[in-house]
Amino acid sequence: MAFIPHTAADVAAMLAAIGVERIEDLFDEIPPKLRVKSLSGVPEALNEMEIGRLMSARARADGTALSFIGAGAYEHHIPAAVWAITTRGEFYSAYTPYQAEASQGTLQLLYEFQTMIARLAGMEVANASLYDGGSASAEAALMAVRAHRRSKSARILVPTTLHPHYRQVAVATASNQGLKFEELPYCTAEGVIPAASLGRYEGEDITALVIQQPNFFGRLEDVDALTDWAHAHGVLVIAVVNPTSLALLKPPGEWGARGADIAVGEGQPLGVPLSGGGPYFGFMTTRMEYVRQMPGRIVGRTLDAAGREGFTLTLQAREQHIRRAKATSNICTNQGLLVTAATIYLSLMGPQGLARTAAASHARTRELTAALTRVPGVRPVFTGPCFHEVVLQLDRPVAPVLEALSERGIVGGLELSRYYPELGHAVLVCATETKTSGDIERYRSTLAEVLQPARAGRAARTAREVRNA
Amino acid sequence: MSNAPADLRYTKSHEWLRSLADGTVEIGITDHAQHTLGDLVFVEVPQAGRKVQAGEACAVVESVKAAADVYAPLAGEITAGNERLATQPETVNAQPYGAGWLMRLRPAPGALEAAQLLSPADYEKVLAAEES
Repeated sequence: MAFIPHTAADVAAMLAAIGVERIEDLFDEIPPKLRVKSLSGVPEALNEMEIGRLMSARARADGTALSFIGAGAYEHHIPAAVWAITTRGEFYSAYTPYQAEASQGTLQLLYEFQTMIARLAGMEVANASLYDGGSASAEAALMAVRAHRRSKSARILVPTTLHPHYRQVAVATASNQGLKFEELPYCTAEGVIPAASLGRYEGEDITALVIQQPNFFGRLEDVDALTDWAHAHGVLVIAVVNPTSLALLKPPGEWGARGADIAVGEGQPLGVPLSGGGPYFGFMTTRMEYVRQMPGRIVGRTLDAAGREGFTLTLQAREQHIRRAKATSNICTNQGLLVTAATIYLSLMGPQGLARTAAASHARTRELTAALTRVPGVRPVFTGPCFHEVVLQLDRPVAPVLEALSERGIVGGLELSRYYPELGHAVLVCATETKTSGDIERYRSTLAEVLQPARAGRAARTAREVRNA
Repeated sequence: MSNAPADLRYTKSHEWLRSLADGTVEIGITDHAQHTLGDLVFVEVPQAGRKVQAGEACAVVESVKAAADVYAPLAGEITAGNERLATQPETVNAQPYGAGWLMRLRPAPGALEAAQLLSPADYEKVLAAEES
């Protein structure tokens, strides 16, 4: 059967039925000045062979540089079995199925994903995924406003140590829905939010506080003190966490005396390759108390009529096909294929494997920091513990240095001046378990070489000036 | 055949009201409403102290197949939500006009007089019209 939704005759019959001459007339209410007549700047269509060549060329241009950039997306080793299994025909779909219960295998996998994520976060319940860490953070803010029974302000305190992209996504997604995001400044000596700085909000109606752990600078926030302050003042806590780090760090469910109320994050480190920036997936967990305010799909385990175990979508009355305009969000599908990869990744790694990955990443980052700060002109910016990222200060503008490194096959890190101009010539660097001591030494010696000419040049000039004098 | 007790008043959106001796009104959903929704699995009631406008959504009833808002039939201040429903939502199915009440509200001055409420007979007509 051909899948042609409507023929020309169908269209004509439908238009006649509603008394409209042309399809364009249905769009009358859109003012002409808002209409786009043609898509300038969009190139002609390419055929499969042409697009294959174009993409191969682009991939070659990216190359296979030695990367020390993190900033929200992390290069981890992905066991070959992960994608070999994920791309099997039985799993190979981006969607949760429309007739979900007909696909018991997919539902079981999602159920196991939820279980693993909930345990990793130390929380009571997880959904079947969201789009990415940024949109998960925005959804968490919206959810907190729905879940808070007393707060009317919809004010969300957002530390500037939260990933800058997540902050942008949250503002873009939720500010038109009445949420007010207020930025909390960090301590410039330590790169974290001082719990004492929250004192100025004492007695005010605040709906939620966002805490990223580790934060964007790789630093560890005082999550217990921040969480306890929030709960003592009737403020919900939204944790934004790196899933790999949870194998070592205290899970959000155990922060402070009561634990975070909502915990979200970017799932990419769990078996998803960097692949030019996406697609990634987000995850979300919460307390059972708030489950009806959680967006996204939730898979439950149940018994069928014959008493056999089975899996089913549950709590669907929150979702748009039932609750319509008042649904908890318009998310109806999710990043299913990436969740499949993450579930297989987690099951292959196990709790010990994940902890070893996290510990190795931390150790490599310490090694990297020690090596790079031996290079004259490089020093660490913040004091205190970090997970697998660190901010370094150079003695000159960062961009030309990163460019010179790139010419030598090294992606040296993220220049921070665009997001944090107050930090000066700062660069955010990361090392995971994928970096060897040899890789780190190559970065150190290349950086020393890149920083050397200017010093050598200055020294030569000085010598000339001495001679000419 | 529906069941609309004579001592209550009703709304087109299937809420009922009972005037209590202390001047507050008790509000719930009708037998027709609970029957249409099916077995309730979750009820969210408003907290005491909340001020509501007439027509404002202030409670949620969720069954296995649907979720619906319950609207305040008149303006006023919530004096109580039926906390029992948090753990026993099925009470609404079993006793919609009794233990399954949702909230109590103290009407704002003049709100009771201004509200467009239906007599049992008029509510029966609404139901008959919906069925036809």
